[in-house]
Amino acid sequence: MSKQLNLTLQVWRQNGPDEAGHFETYTAEGISEDMSFLEMLDTINEGLVQSGQTPIEFDHDCREGICGTCSLMINGQAHGQEKATTTCQLHMRKFNDGDTIVVEPFRARAFPVVRDLVVDRSSFDRIIEAGGYISVNTGAASDANLTPVPKEAADTSFDAAACIGCGACVAACPNSAAQLFTSAKLAHLNLIPQGQAQRFERTENMVETMESFFGSCTNHGECHEACPKDISLDFIAFMNRDYVKAKVKNRKLAGQT
Amino acid sequence: MAATATNPKGSTPIFRRKWQLPFPLNIYQSSVGRKWVMALTGIGLLGFVIVHMIGNFHIYEGPVQLHEYAEALRGLGGGLFPRTFLLWVLRIGLAAMFILHIHSAYSLKERSRKASDKADFVGGEKKYGSKRDYVAANYASRTMRWTGPIILLYLLFHLADLTWGWWLGDDYVLGDPYHNVVASLSSLPVAIIYVVANVALAIHIFHGTWSLFQSLGINNPKYNELRRSLAKLVAGVILVGNLSFPVLVTAGLVDDDNRKCPVGDVECLEKEAKEH
Repeated sequence: MSKQLNLTLQVWRQNGPDEAGHFETYTAEGISEDMSFLEMLDTINEGLVQSGQTPIEFDHDCREGICGTCSLMINGQAHGQEKATTTCQLHMRKFNDGDTIVVEPFRARAFPVVRDLVVDRSSFDRIIEAGGYISVNTGAASDANLTPVPKEAADTSFDAAACIGCGACVAACPNSAAQLFTSAKLAHLNLIPQGQAQRFERTENMVETMESFFGSCTNHGECHEACPKDISLDFIAFMNRDYVKAKVKNRKLAGQT
Repeated sequence: MAATATNPKGSTPIFRRKWQLPFPLNIYQSSVGRKWVMALTGIGLLGFVIVHMIGNFHIYEGPVQLHEYAEALRGLGGGLFPRTFLLWVLRIGLAAMFILHIHSAYSLKERSRKASDKADFVGGEKKYGSKRDYVAANYASRTMRWTGPIILLYLLFHLADLTWGWWLGDDYVLGDPYHNVVASLSSLPVAIIYVVANVALAIHIFHGTWSLFQSLGINNPKYNELRRSLAKLVAGVILVGNLSFPVLVTAGLVDDDNRKCPVGDVECLEKEAKEH
């Protein structure tokens, strides 16, 4: 049988968006080291339900590190201390027996707490709505490989597209800036031929929507360290370059606003 | 997310742009554009700091050479412009860069503060219940908001000290910068102010030099490592160069002894400079 852990947890409990929250202490005994962090929370919740208490609410969905639904600040680090790992993929074997673990929601003004550890990340949806798409004509499916895509561009675009939109970058940022998220979404489309038609319009709209919700980047680099998908800071520089380019180019389209 | 649908509040924008100014002013309306302005003015100010430091090295040649250098600054542009004209253009340009650098920094900090406001449920800045271990953010990047104001205060002190001669009083001799520097820095408290301020300046420049490439989007994995080295080099050179003045004056290696021209005799300095 695998090793068992006895842990103390300090979990943020909050009844609703406008209610004051507080830390509640729980003890988790006999946690298998093969459990994921979320399975450990499930175990605690089972105990809470059995004793008639309200379980701890937290976001989760695929539990295989690709959906971006799980969040959690674990001991002050987004998705825990493991690099490039989501909370659902974080295993309890990374903790020691007797540890005290502090679990909090992702925090930023644009991420209001819905309940306990669940935050509303819909401001990310506003950014995507502003331009995180490409427009194509409908009709019969076009031939495959009709548009040549340079291998390097495809690779880099794919690296950016790895962003799962979890919000760890905002949570880790002392400025609550969403530069890493927005720049990844921009680079994903701006680097490949399919995204060129709307490239500069997209950049302007997404950056300006981002700025209406989030803070301003000071190049600390905390977001990259927190990112479960290891999105590079280079994409932020790419976004900064494209944004000013967009301002200059859009002006060149005479007669258009 | 089901949770999103059940939340009646959602998040509200912290900042809405009501209108767009004509190009290129609309760039300054956005945070990304302001970071560009901060980076570009930062390059200008960094250039000033380096040129100012190199120019000040003339102090090690002696009073005559430093006077000659000061005169050369006033006569910049040779016979093309009236005397001190180009110097004033540079001064006004510098002041404008300072104002833009400070305004962009302050307004962006306000935006970030708003975006983090009410995020900790305790009040004030964003905070987590557990101790936050910064992974990438270094001392320099986290203290930009403190080293900046320290440099501004020091700048005002420095101008009042050596440009306007407010507290040197009768000891301040217009046209004899060598004597003024020695007289000012011989006081230990003043030397300490210069040391502290220049350490703050070097820390500020360390993060600034690395960060400006990121803000301007000059970025390539090929030379990202070089940026750190460049920042260390620039900050290090400026630290050593600028600290040499208070340290060497305090150590007594730069003093008013054995001068060819007595203190206050500006005519003698001019004569010697011509002969030089």
